[in-house]
Amino acid sequence: MASRPRTLYEKIWDAHVVETRDDGTALIYIDRHLVHEVTSPQAFEALKVAGRPVRRPELTLAVPDHNLPTTARQDANGRPMPIDDPESAAQLAALEVNAPAFGIRYIPATAKEQGIVHVVGPEQGFSLPGTTIVCGDSHTACHGGLGALAFGIGTSEVEHVLATQTLLLQQSKPMEVRVEGDLGPGISAKDLILHIIGRIGAAGGSGYVIEYRGAVFERMTVEERLTVCNMSIEAGARAGLIAPDDTTFAYLKGRPMAPQGAEWDAAVAYWRTLHSDDGAAFAKSVTINAADVEPSVTWGTSPEDVVAIGGRVPSPEDFADESKRVAAQKSLDYMGLVPGTPMTEVPIENVFIGSCTNSRIEDLRAAAAILKGRHKADNVRWAIVVPGSGLVKAQAEDEGLDKVFIDAGFEWREPGCSACLGMNPDKVPPGERCASTSNRNFVGRQGPGARTHLVSPAMAAAAAVTGRLTDVRELV
Amino acid sequence: MQPLTRVEGRAIPLGLKNVDTDIIIPAKWLKTISREGLGAGAFESLRAEPGNVFDDPAYKGAPILIAGDNYGCGSSREHAAWAMLDLGIRVVIAPSFSDIHSGNAVKNGILPVVLPQDAVDRLLEVAREGLEIAVDLEAQTVTTPYQDRFTFQIDPFRRDCLLGGLDEVGLTMARGEAIGGFEAARTAAQPWLMRGTAA
Repeated sequence: MASRPRTLYEKIWDAHVVETRDDGTALIYIDRHLVHEVTSPQAFEALKVAGRPVRRPELTLAVPDHNLPTTARQDANGRPMPIDDPESAAQLAALEVNAPAFGIRYIPATAKEQGIVHVVGPEQGFSLPGTTIVCGDSHTACHGGLGALAFGIGTSEVEHVLATQTLLLQQSKPMEVRVEGDLGPGISAKDLILHIIGRIGAAGGSGYVIEYRGAVFERMTVEERLTVCNMSIEAGARAGLIAPDDTTFAYLKGRPMAPQGAEWDAAVAYWRTLHSDDGAAFAKSVTINAADVEPSVTWGTSPEDVVAIGGRVPSPEDFADESKRVAAQKSLDYMGLVPGTPMTEVPIENVFIGSCTNSRIEDLRAAAAILKGRHKADNVRWAIVVPGSGLVKAQAEDEGLDKVFIDAGFEWREPGCSACLGMNPDKVPPGERCASTSNRNFVGRQGPGARTHLVSPAMAAAAAVTGRLTDVRELV
Repeated sequence: MQPLTRVEGRAIPLGLKNVDTDIIIPAKWLKTISREGLGAGAFESLRAEPGNVFDDPAYKGAPILIAGDNYGCGSSREHAAWAMLDLGIRVVIAPSFSDIHSGNAVKNGILPVVLPQDAVDRLLEVAREGLEIAVDLEAQTVTTPYQDRFTFQIDPFRRDCLLGGLDEVGLTMARGEAIGGFEAARTAAQPWLMRGTAA
């Protein structure tokens, strides 16, 4: 008897159901758990108070990233530099103590493998296709680029996973975002995902897990797929997925925590079954024409506030629904923008290249290609590059990219989350603008009063050169 | 977690859509290793605006918050739920919620009530008059002094957890045998899945 055609999401879900309760809630097994310093201390504390151990410590990996300053980590004698902010220092120290106390592998701030959890997981081969991956961080959706069901959780759920290696979940609905045709020259994965979020809205994926389908995604590198899936949460989706294929397997082969030998072959054979079957039903389907995608930029304070770089700042009257008109007016006030202004006339004082969305080696190469032989404009006060991990940083230095950035007037920093959310000292000053390769343009996200314009790495580099938002295609 | 059955009181008429968790509690407040005291930073950027609803004496101590679409979007920070709880908020009414935040809310004894936009608009009007609203989880209703009566749906497991103030971790740990069986089958069929950092 032929079984019902299933989506990729349903296949991964079904493979992880430990049991289903009478009320429909399922107990789902979690294969991989990433832990960082911000959302874990209260979970470890609760385990300690209740005297509960971590059920499967080898399935959790702990890495500090959010609070770490991105200035030098060691002094001339190789001793760790102290962290000035006492609260950050206490939070980082808590992870450093908690991880080994519970038997969890910990990558210290001074290790070359340290980085943003969502860069480290794929890089180490800890994140694998077909696995369930969670982390107390909404951008866990990132790992969907490898074909993993990956999603962010709260601290109570971090505690639940540590104690039981499971979560109690209601199944989401499968949603398809199909992209037809080819992206134009100079259009990046970031431009595409911003365009998609602009189309479906910040709540367009609520209650769904999105699978990105179409030849565009099949041709993408793994790093590009990670960028796309990373921002699924900005469309409200629980997770994003791209089916694993030979590109995925070639990326993972030989990574330190990936299976090896006969186990590798068995894993690949299993991973090849992980795709949506012909005729599988999606609860919602959206089709995007790739030819419509231009270099994208945000104008407001929600990631759905996207326009093409050739476009203009919209007016609240452009929106049909009343609550969006109110929100748009608030956004324009906060952003200090006048409706009708061409986006390319918006000046930029800060440039941030980094974050779990865009801090991998290909991102740095794309930005450096624009900056080579050029310098940031005089009105760009602060420009920094924060590589996603120590390994990305070392690779970039091998390729001489650090020199390109430094010669262009950028600061070359140590890895971490940095100015994406400004928990560490890297912040955008009040009232100033930042062309940022991060994922959120929320009010106060990059610092109180900071004004964020989300762009791709190449677009951030172009803005640095001209001192205003710029169509990068004019510089290639 | 404190059980929740019925909440009656004034409601803060926020009404905004896409209220993200950075708005509910900005990142600088996340450097704590405790769950306590986050109310001081709750809705900080909104409270910096003159005449904001949070500092309006008419809504002081109100246990209900009414918001627009996509409440709690963005970051997974549970600090947002802790901050709301610290302000005394036990119910949020909105046309939709982010998946992660609504889960975090329930785990801290806060009830997310999903109602259609027109019902939310009506409740905003009533709240702005300073009148009390009653939310009954057992009956799954929201009622006003004007005899408005709206019913809402909620996942039965979440409802049970809220009504009973249940410890989910304890509930699942009691299923240890089923989890162990799943792990044993996995270790036999796909041992590489169980290696993780020990690979």
